[in-house]
Amino acid sequence: MNVPLRVFIQEVKRRSGLAALAFLIAAAPLPLSAQKDSCVDCHLQLDGELKAPAEGFSSDVHKQFGLSCKDCHGGNPNQEDVELAKDRTFKGSPERAKIPEFCGSCHADSNYIRRFNPNLRVDQLSLYWTSRHGLLLKKGDSRGAVCTDCHGVHGILPANFPKSQVFAWNIPQTCGRCHSKADLMSAYGIPVGQVDDYKQSVHARALFEKKDLSAPVCNDCHGNHGAAPPEVTSIAFVCRQCHPSAGDLFSKSPHKEAFDGLGVSECEACHGNHRIQSPSDEFLAGGREDVCVQCHDAGTEPYKTGLEIKKLIDEFVASSSADEELLKSAERKGVEVGEAQFKLQDGKTALVLARNLTHGLSRSEIETSLTEGRKALTEVQARGRAALQEAKFRRSGLVVATAFIILLAVGLYLKIRDLQKTSAPK
Amino acid sequence: MARLWEKIRDYLEPRFLLSAVRDLAGKKKVPEHKRSFWYFFGGICLFLFLIQVMTGILLMLYYTPSVDAAHESVQFIMAQVKFGWLIRSVHSWTANILIGVIFVHMFSAFFLKAYRPPRELTWITGFLLLVLFLAFGFSGYLLPWNELSFFATRVGTDIAGVIPVVGKGLKTFILGGPEVSGATLTRFFWLHVGILPAIAVLIMGIHVLLVQTLGMSKPIGVTVTKEISFFPDFVLKDSLGWLIILAAVGAVCVFLPWEAGPKADPFASTPLGIKPEWYFTFMFTTLKLVPAHIFSVEGEVLAVLGFMLGGFLLLLVPLLDRRAAREKRSPVFTAVGLAVVVYIVVMTALTYLAPNIGK
Repeated sequence: MNVPLRVFIQEVKRRSGLAALAFLIAAAPLPLSAQKDSCVDCHLQLDGELKAPAEGFSSDVHKQFGLSCKDCHGGNPNQEDVELAKDRTFKGSPERAKIPEFCGSCHADSNYIRRFNPNLRVDQLSLYWTSRHGLLLKKGDSRGAVCTDCHGVHGILPANFPKSQVFAWNIPQTCGRCHSKADLMSAYGIPVGQVDDYKQSVHARALFEKKDLSAPVCNDCHGNHGAAPPEVTSIAFVCRQCHPSAGDLFSKSPHKEAFDGLGVSECEACHGNHRIQSPSDEFLAGGREDVCVQCHDAGTEPYKTGLEIKKLIDEFVASSSADEELLKSAERKGVEVGEAQFKLQDGKTALVLARNLTHGLSRSEIETSLTEGRKALTEVQARGRAALQEAKFRRSGLVVATAFIILLAVGLYLKIRDLQKTSAPK
Repeated sequence: MARLWEKIRDYLEPRFLLSAVRDLAGKKKVPEHKRSFWYFFGGICLFLFLIQVMTGILLMLYYTPSVDAAHESVQFIMAQVKFGWLIRSVHSWTANILIGVIFVHMFSAFFLKAYRPPRELTWITGFLLLVLFLAFGFSGYLLPWNELSFFATRVGTDIAGVIPVVGKGLKTFILGGPEVSGATLTRFFWLHVGILPAIAVLIMGIHVLLVQTLGMSKPIGVTVTKEISFFPDFVLKDSLGWLIILAAVGAVCVFLPWEAGPKADPFASTPLGIKPEWYFTFMFTTLKLVPAHIFSVEGEVLAVLGFMLGGFLLLLVPLLDRRAAREKRSPVFTAVGLAVVVYIVVMTALTYLAPNIGK
């Protein structure tokens, strides 16, 4: 029996006359107007794991759409008695191995889902059965992740809620709950350092530090419901989802054929996978983190081209930095250099373009881009020097003006003293 | 040269009655005593105002009061216009110095009890000029349409919005809508270059006329009878002060030219640590420190009403200080004035030294 109703009946029994009538009027609307749900009412009075589902469900997305316990677990929530509530329709908690089908009974049914959210996909279950997790489960290995491992059980939040376990910045943690466990992963020969590696990557910095939700997390490369490691041949396509320009350049480069022939994955060969670092000029031939040397011996023709490309870029960077310093110096001296800074930005854009062009390995294209950039830098340099000259002119002007003012002030002071002397009583 | 000057003087003499004006100025006397130093601040205010007018007119040659062009025109003035950087920097720096000097002038008049009869109207017009110049500062601050000025105006007008009954309407009237927008920029511009200067010139005219006709007030208890002539003695001394100020302004403008800042982006979130111009910060910090509720009234509302009441009482000081009116010392008013000065200085200092206070 629900608690307020029980209290109410006891109170009617205990009291009599007008007092009971007054209580009847005051208290009756409350229990009668609330929707009866004996599952939640009873489970809230229990402890531990029996209480948790009822507590968690209050914030669950299913509840927001008007669903209740019986929609998943069956039973009759209108019954006060536990035995009567668990009628023939009662399903209880599904076995772990049956959870995908349990959730899929609604989420794979487009007619049912359409009633709540016509845009929600209904292919999660079919995708799941193609995933490594689903394949393990099919083989009878129940350690493979199921829906509830990623989405939670009661208290499931929509994926676009920041507190959801599958919200972008929570996904590494969610995947890591299993993929960081050495004892669990060793059975499958899967290393466990991916999440730690990812947290040191440029992608993680974009996500966690800049709060850039477009930065990739685990599922953006591996898929979510159909999660599987990308094949060697498909890695390039995965990266191209966000880096199409670099991908196109690579496809036109001599590397494409060579990589395909060797069976080497494209982007990963130079940039790595989970711990992808911010690209640097030091990756180029002769740099501190030279990746060319992995395949090309020093002194070979391709390596020499690599060295030339690096030299071109290094020279441009040095020139750009010197011009930037020139502008900063003028700015520190109080001269407005906004226009020159815009121009410097043009130079930097040319550099970004040239750096991207390294994926195409065309020295001439890189040279062309940097030549455009150099034109901008020449103008920046001219403006920077003019600004410094202006600063010098201002200071000289100040000295002259101040000297004139001091002269005038001294003259005035002498005149005042003279006037005071003449007006002083003799 | 001397003969040429004589010829010019002979021409002007019968037409402008120069000797009569000179005689009048020569007859006017200024008392000289230990505290006569404070008399010079009025003249400095006038000098800085004249600089404001001249540089303001020059800035108007290039400034465009529209959202799309305001910031760009200021950048153009700073980077492209010959001596534009100097004109704008002088305008901005002297505006700030002017408000500081007005405060000094007002409090020196307050502590010297210069508001005693018959100079009540001199005080009242002076107080109105302070309010006008604060309005000048507030409206002028938005004109470059940069990030700081945009958000400071938003914060400032939000404060006006909390005034009971009239607050919302007043805020909408000031902004020309619910938010800081192009309409705000246009009306702030016309307020800054049209309405405020017209009113300021009128009130300043009355203020200066009253000072000239009534003469300088001698502090209570000062019995010294020593006097100097207004012209040329006092004017020359005043001019010396003006020259010193001019040299200082020049140096500040060369080494610290007023920045144009990044252009305002109305869709950006308010930058951290945004605060109004320094002369409003004592009110700003008070509003940050005031409890959310005082006797079930919103603390912010109470603080704003408090400032309005404070300003009103300051305006009425000549009528309230009856002892000073009878040429008797009024230590209570002196103590209250000192407390107000300490309060303003402490709150202003806290704004810069403890920017996270009250958060």
